[in-house]
Parts: sequence; C-alpha cells; structure tokens
Amino acid sequence: MAVMTYIEAVTAAMREEMTRDEKVFVLGEDVGARGGVFGATKGLFETFGEERVIDTPLAESAIAGVGIGAAMYGMKPIAEMQFADFMLPAVNQIISEAAKTRYRSNNDWTSPITVRAPYGGGVHGALYHSQSVESLFNHVPGLKIVMPSTPYDVKGLLKAAVRDPDPVLFFEHKRAYRLIKGDVPDHDYTLPIGKADVKKEGTDVTVISYGLCLQFAMQAAEKLEDEGISSHVLDLRTVYPLDREAVVEAASKTGKVLLVTEDNKEGSLMGEVAAVIGEHCLFDLDAPVQRLAGPDVPSMPYAPPMEKHFMMNPEKVEAAIRDLAEF
Amino acid sequence: MSEQIKMPQLGESVTEGTITKWLVQPGDRVDKYDPIADVTTDKVNAEVPSSFAGVIQELVAEEDETVQVGELICYIDTGEKREDSQNDDKQETAGETDQKEPEPKEEQSMKTRYSPAVMRLAQENDIDLTRLQGSGRGGRITRKDVENHIASAPAPEPEPKTEEPKEDPARYPTYRTKPPEEMEALSEDKEIPLTQMRKAIASNMVKSKEEIPHAWTMVEVDVSNIVAYRDRIKDEFKEKEGFSLTFMPFFMKAIVETLKEFPEVNSVWGGDKIIHKKDINISIAVAAEDSLYVPVIKNADEKSIKGLGKEVYSLAKKARLGQLKEDEMQGGTFTINNTGSFGSVQSMPIVNHPQAAILSIESIIKKPVVVQDDMVAIRSMVNLCLSLDHRILDGLICGRFLARIKEKLEAFQLDREHIY
Amino acid sequence: MSSPSIERFGLSKDRVLSMYETMLLARKIDERMWLLNRAGKIPFVVSCQGQEGAQVGAAMALETEKDYILPYYRDLGLVLHFGMTPVDLMMQGFAKAPDPNSGGRQMPGHFGQKENRIVSGSSPVTTQLPHAAGFGLAAKMEKKDFVTLVSFGEGSASQGDFHEGANFAGIHNLPVIFFCENNKYAISVPMDKQSGSEYVSDRAAGYGMPGVTVDGNDPLAVYEAVKQAADRARNGEGPTLIETMTYRLTPHSSDDDDSFYRSKEEVEQAKQEDAVHTFSAYLKENGVLTEAGEQEMLERIKRTVDDATEQAEEAPYGTPESVLDYVYAQQDGERRWQ
Repeated sequence: MAVMTYIEAVTAAMREEMTRDEKVFVLGEDVGARGGVFGATKGLFETFGEERVIDTPLAESAIAGVGIGAAMYGMKPIAEMQFADFMLPAVNQIISEAAKTRYRSNNDWTSPITVRAPYGGGVHGALYHSQSVESLFNHVPGLKIVMPSTPYDVKGLLKAAVRDPDPVLFFEHKRAYRLIKGDVPDHDYTLPIGKADVKKEGTDVTVISYGLCLQFAMQAAEKLEDEGISSHVLDLRTVYPLDREAVVEAASKTGKVLLVTEDNKEGSLMGEVAAVIGEHCLFDLDAPVQRLAGPDVPSMPYAPPMEKHFMMNPEKVEAAIRDLAEF
Repeated sequence: MSEQIKMPQLGESVTEGTITKWLVQPGDRVDKYDPIADVTTDKVNAEVPSSFAGVIQELVAEEDETVQVGELICYIDTGEKREDSQNDDKQETAGETDQKEPEPKEEQSMKTRYSPAVMRLAQENDIDLTRLQGSGRGGRITRKDVENHIASAPAPEPEPKTEEPKEDPARYPTYRTKPPEEMEALSEDKEIPLTQMRKAIASNMVKSKEEIPHAWTMVEVDVSNIVAYRDRIKDEFKEKEGFSLTFMPFFMKAIVETLKEFPEVNSVWGGDKIIHKKDINISIAVAAEDSLYVPVIKNADEKSIKGLGKEVYSLAKKARLGQLKEDEMQGGTFTINNTGSFGSVQSMPIVNHPQAAILSIESIIKKPVVVQDDMVAIRSMVNLCLSLDHRILDGLICGRFLARIKEKLEAFQLDREHIY
Repeated sequence: MSSPSIERFGLSKDRVLSMYETMLLARKIDERMWLLNRAGKIPFVVSCQGQEGAQVGAAMALETEKDYILPYYRDLGLVLHFGMTPVDLMMQGFAKAPDPNSGGRQMPGHFGQKENRIVSGSSPVTTQLPHAAGFGLAAKMEKKDFVTLVSFGEGSASQGDFHEGANFAGIHNLPVIFFCENNKYAISVPMDKQSGSEYVSDRAAGYGMPGVTVDGNDPLAVYEAVKQAADRARNGEGPTLIETMTYRLTPHSSDDDDSFYRSKEEVEQAKQEDAVHTFSAYLKENGVLTEAGEQEMLERIKRTVDDATEQAEEAPYGTPESVLDYVYAQQDGERRWQ
C-alpha cells in the first residue's frame, strides 16, 4: 500500500494495464517524451516506447477516431484529450461512432476505447481550461462516464475502463491531480463501472456528488459531524449510466438530499439524479431536493475572485448541508 | 516593512514545490523580479523571482523542503513604512460577504407543514402529529422527529379513546372498521339519496348498537283504572285545555316518579365512570313521516300529568312541523318511546346514547286475565319494554325499576288521582 | 477501355468475367431496390449505380481473406465482392432481423459485417477515415500485413476528418488506401463548389503520400491503381490516395430529385460511359464474353435477385423489445432497468 496523488494513480493504472496487455496503448498530444502536460503519462514513453505511447498531431477528432478504429480492430487504446474543454472537435467521433458502434451493428462491432480528459476548475485555467463537460455526454446511451474522487478509485476504475468492452469517458479533475492524496494498493484490482459508492454513512442529510466535489462534501460532512449533523455521502463514481438503485437507496435513507456538482446548474447531470429521486422517493422525502452547482455562465473566469465565486468549495457544501439539516 | 514571499503556483494543478537551491541569503539586497530560489515541481522547474525590492531578512523554507503553494518561504524588508496592518491575502472584494437573515427562534410557521415522508410515517404508525414537537425550521416536524418518536415508544401507542360524554363527530364506518357494503340498485329499484336527518339517525343508531351492550326486559301491566279514568275525563279535558289527553302522560308521570327513586337508571355512561344525573329530562321519540325526532321534556319530575301532556303535545307538534330547536333536543337522561301508538305490542328499542335505558310503551289491549281468587276478568293490559346499557345497569335493578312502575300504574285510584 | 490486353494485370479470364458479373449483380440489386421502394415495400434506397466499375475493380485488387474495408453508403459493389450476399443486402433493404449489417437498425447502405472485415459505418460522413488510420495503426503495431481500404465521396473530402485521418496515416506511414469515388455531386453541390483544387488527389502531397486520379469507368485501371497501392502498403511504404472519376446515375437517394441541379442530357451522356455497358462491350470485343454468356449471366442474376427479394420479404423483423438490446455488452437477455 502506497500513498499516491490522484495523478500518480492515473499513471499507475495505465502502466499496469500496458504491462498486463500488449494491446493497450496510449495516444494523445504531448503524451510521449513530455509525459503529458500534467504528467499523467510520465515514464510510460521510456518504458513502452513511441509505438505504444503515441504523440498525435494536434487533432482531437483524429485522437478519438484513430483510437476508435484501433479499438474496432481489437486494440485497447487509451486516448488522452489534453483538456476536456478541447474535446469538442472529437464529439462527432465519440457520440456518432464510439457510442453507437455496438448498437448500430447489432452487437457485431464494438469500440472499447477509453478517453481520458482532465476537467474542472480552480487552477486559474480560465474559460477554456476549467470546464465540466460531462453533461454534454450523459444522455448518450452507449457511453459510460466515470468521474472518480479518490486515488484508490482512480486506479481501480481506470483499469476497469481499459478492460471494459464498451467506450468509457474517464474524466479526471485537474485540481485533484496533486491536491488529493490517498492510499492505493500496489496490487492489481478493478472497481465496478456503473456502481456508486457510499463514502460515508449518515442519518441527517444525504449528499450525492462525484469527482473533486465529493472531496469537498466529505470535508464538510466531517466538520459538521462535530456539530451533530450526520451526513450520508454517496459518490456516484460512474455518472452515466447512473446507478439508480444506489441513488434511490441513498436518498431514501435520510429524505433530505443535496446534490453537488461543479458543472453549471441548469442541465447538469444532477437534474437527472433529482428526477430519479422524484420518481422513486416521494414518500421518503422530507425536504425539497437541493442542487448546489456552478452558476449558469459560460465558464469559469480567470480573475481569482470571479473564479472563486464560481468554484465549489467545502464551505459552500457545508452551508448547504446545514441549511437542509435545519429544514 | 517586512513582506512575505510565498511559494507561487507554478502551473495548473500544481499544489506544492520543492526549493532545490536558495539563490539569496539573509542580508542580500534584491531587486524586484531578481531570482531568489530554484524550485522544482512535478510539472516544471523554475527560478522563483522576488515579488519586492529590498533586503532578504529570513529564509523560512529550507533547501529540499517541499512547500505547499501559498506558504511562506522567506521574509524581505522593503524599507517602506506599513500604512496599516492589513494582510494582503485577507483582502476582500466588494460584495463578497454574504449576510444571512437571522432566523427568529420559536417561530412555528412550519409546524403543520408535513413532508411526504412525515405523512407516510405518521399514517403507518398511527401517530397524531399534533402531539409532536418539530425540530426543523419554523417548528417543522422532520422525518427524523417522527422516527425518533417511533423509536422512543417501545410498543405502538394505543389509539387514544375518545373522551365520553364529549360530543363525538358522526362516525361512519372507515377502512379500519369494515368496508361499507356495496349495494347496487337494480334497474327497477329506486335509489333514495340520504337526507342529513337520515344520516344522523343512521350514525346515532350505529354508534349506540356498536358501543352499548344492550339487555332487554319486559313487564305486563294492568292499566284498567287509568283507561277508565281517562275515558271519563277526556272530552271535558279536551274542551277545557284545547288538546287531547292521551295515556302517555300517565305513564310518564309514573316513570318519572320511579326514576327519582332509582337514580342509577337516570344516568349516562362517562367512559371511565357512570354519571347519575340530578335532573330528570325525558326524551320522547316522535316519529314524523320520514324521520325520527327525540325532543326532551326538561325537569319532567316537576310537572303534573296535564303539564306533561301539554309538553308532549307541543313538542310532537313542533317535531312534525320541523320547528324543533336545537336545545329542545338536548340533555335527555331517559327516553320513553310510545310504540303503542302504532299498534305494537312488543319492541326492543335501541338505547339513546349516552343514556342508560329506554322504555317503550306498547298498545293497551283488553284481554282476559286471571285476577283475584283465580277468577278470569277482562282487563286493559299493556307491555312495558325496557332496553338497558348493561355496562351501567344490571337485570336486578331494572327488574325492581319496572316492578315499581307497574305497582304505581296499577295502584291508580279513580277517585284520588288528580291530573293537575 | 485503355487496356490492350486483359491479362496485363495477371487477371485470368475467369476473374475478369467474375468482375463483370459482380458489377452486373450490384446494378441489378440496386435496380430492384428502386422498384421495391417505388412499390412502397422499402422506405429508402441510396444507389451504387454508375460507380460499380470503380468499386468492384478496387475490391478485386484486395485480399478478401485478410484486408479490411471501410465502405461508404454507395459501396454495394465493394461489399458484394467482400462476401456480403444478395440475400444479406435484401435483408438490409427490408430492415429484417437476419440483416448482418445491423439487424434492421440502420438505413440501407450502412454496411458492416465483421466476419468479412467490412467495418460498420454511420451516416455523418468521413468519420470512417480516422477509423481506417486506426486499423492501419493496429496493423503496424501488431505487425500484420493486412491493408485497409477506406472509401468516400468527393464531398466527404471537405470534412475535417478527411484531413485528420489522412494526416495521421501519412505521419505514421500506415497501410491504408484512401479511395475517393468522385461522382461529381455531393447531393446537389458540384465539385467546383466543393474544392479549390481540381482533383481530390491533388491533396495527397500535403500528407506525404502519392495521389492518383483514375477513370472510374475502367475497372481494370482502378484495379491496377489499387493493386499498386496495396502492394506499397504491404511493403511498408505507407498510404495512397486514389481518386476515381465516376458519375452518379441516380438521384442522391430515393428522396432526391436531381432535375433541380443537373440536366437530363448530362445524365444521358454519363450513361453512355457507364462501366456496366462499356466493360461489357470491351469484354465482348476481347472475346472474353459472348452475348449468350451475358444472357445466361443476366438470367442467373435475375433468379438470384428474385430469390433474395422473396427471402427478405418473408423474413421476420426483430422483436419490438429487441430495441433495448446491445447498448452495452450484455449477458443473455440482460437489459437495463429502463
């Protein structure tokens, strides 16, 4: 067992999978000698060579599309999008191709590609290096979207994504990369995609979140525990398709539900979580389901006070939990 | 003035840096942007420039020490005078403070706003929410309040009994008792919608029959003397008083006198007690075409036969005209039912809740009876039927009560009794 | 026909006859599809007519036992040679359950059949070009000597994915043949409004690969060009861009009316150059094909097409609930809580 940062867990997962299976390879911008702009592929080029750690031209549709082609052939590509914000040129490949390959061919062809992308703000990345893009993809059947919150989950879920028979979008919060550290077993393990995880048991308020916001929720929950407010924290881990059973169970547990995301509020995937709760939990609800989310502005500005206003943090989560607890 | 130099953020996602080499020592003079240290992060290696011009005072971070972004690494004396003590990282932007309205304590506006979860729990566990205190905002009863309430009561709380003789709202069968039988009118049948009166009668009768354990007894009384007396004076009475003298006030007089001797019969059921009523207020059942009224003759023991007769006459008239007032139908302590008026010879009346008993006077019939010395004579006979609440009364006392009435009626003296 | 001798490419007479028969079969299946559409039996047709020579010529230059093709929606001739049967194609036309392309999920023309290495495609055009580079990359990484041919129209060459796919293949010297069937129109938009260059093949130099333009009505010329490209690819010499000049004899699809944007005379002229006729004449001139032989061929094809139509008409549709299947890999019968 080693203590790793979030990004070290990303690298470890890829290294282990590339060692395990020769069909696994990495492609993306600057993933080779540079080791990725964040360092996620650090050391892989040295170990596996330029044939399996491929620096691509600056062309996101090709990164996705070439990866999809290789995946249809039978390879296991891990495509890195340098920033989630830059994925948009690849959206046609992801939505029209990867997501639909199995369905349109009636189970004949598949596209088991993993697309990794750093998302999220709080790093002075401004409009185009801070966005959360999951809700562009979370109503596209055929895709799976994984957004882990801890180094342990990162390794287990990324390894599972690589082995998954279907396309997986794996979004890593770039602020979590070096901020979040945690125990990661050295051995080979995977975690189930499609399953949420109860990160903390509690009785007063249910908090449902994912990614970095989940960490903020845990910090807020621990602080409030001293005040006698007990929070039940569910980590979605896979945001699409939703683990509806787990959402219903967690929401029913306390009847007071706070949904936390860094994404813009309107149209975020938390609206879907709220809908699932609305459909199935009416007679367990004790308060209106609350969403805590980013404002409905195009993206996160560069200036620190504006960025801070947009960004989620433990204090905002704490205030929202307290508000529900007192309701 | 001493300024702080902090570990800068060298790249997106970088949270810490390691000072690999200090390029300055305390006492060195530096210009703004002169390099002061080599710093390594896992993204970049860089020279960190000074943010101020001045003299290095103290190196706080050591070489090869990993320092979080934003933490102090050294002090520098800029030689300027500090204007105020405000720390630069505490600066706030305008309008950033958020103010919350303080919640007034003890506010109870949400006390009866129930969430779906609270409603469900209250129904499933038979909880009277008005008895719970709410810990939520505005006194709202939270799901947890209800759950705690359930957990604190070891056994399910017995349903609180309705206090008697408190007026009870009309009780209809609910899903808890039994489902109403679905009666469908056939095509040739006629459906009569229930009037309010009919609903009230139904409700009262159901309540009496459901709640009161009825017992029944009867005596046969020889009223030949009363019949003879009444026959003798009835025309004169009618002419003089303006209304007919019926047999009813004769019976009533005897019953009221006997009630005075048997206060336990003139009583009501009080849930956990029996209440003997001081006043003797006689309810009389008056049948109209489609309804049944039970007006009350107050303080009947203070009235003569004529007075009682007059009361019966006026109340019955009002009843038939639908002119009875609310207070003329309240406060009865015993009910007399003149079933004989429509030819009945025997009946089992239903006790008028919450009274203890009801007596019905059947038809007076001439029949041969064995009298003194085993002789047979034709006498005017009547059956008096008594239904009683067995919770309040027993057979013995009722037997004595009826025997006393019989004695009084049969002892009626033609020459002595006075109706005024 | 430019070729003085049919044997100059090492093709036997039987192979050349087979080439013609496949072209003719493609044409007859396509014509039947139109009849069925106009009879109200199938909702949609998108045609190969006018491009059969280029398609079958290219297909025969590949090795059907190991090479991969990523066809576009007109490539009926290409997939026929790669093993898809007339019955398969009719099942697709009728959207019946036994359709190997998609089990009745996709429109006609959206080919895909893994056992024959025909890679599944979609409707947004040109997405298959980066995929082809991915197949080429896999061949290189796995050290396999298969070649990948990806085809597309000249309109598709305007998409970013044309550039991104070709560029990637050029950088990594991948064994991919970019096969453009230039039929002069992208629905209604002609080539001079589609591209600033006269030929699509002019762009090859920008990707560091050879680019050639050949007569699409000459199946043997197309065969020759693709054979050379395939040999180069197998020898590790990288990708080639081949542009075949063809003509779309039908409207864009059964829902299009081409009289809005081109003249009858132009279409009539093109019919004179139609490879199905000119190649027939050429084979007869060279003594490879006789009138009687052709008649026999046509009767055989008619029986095949009749039989395929009948089988497809009688075949079952997929069950309504099967709409829920194969969103993801699934165990037998397992479906998600909807």
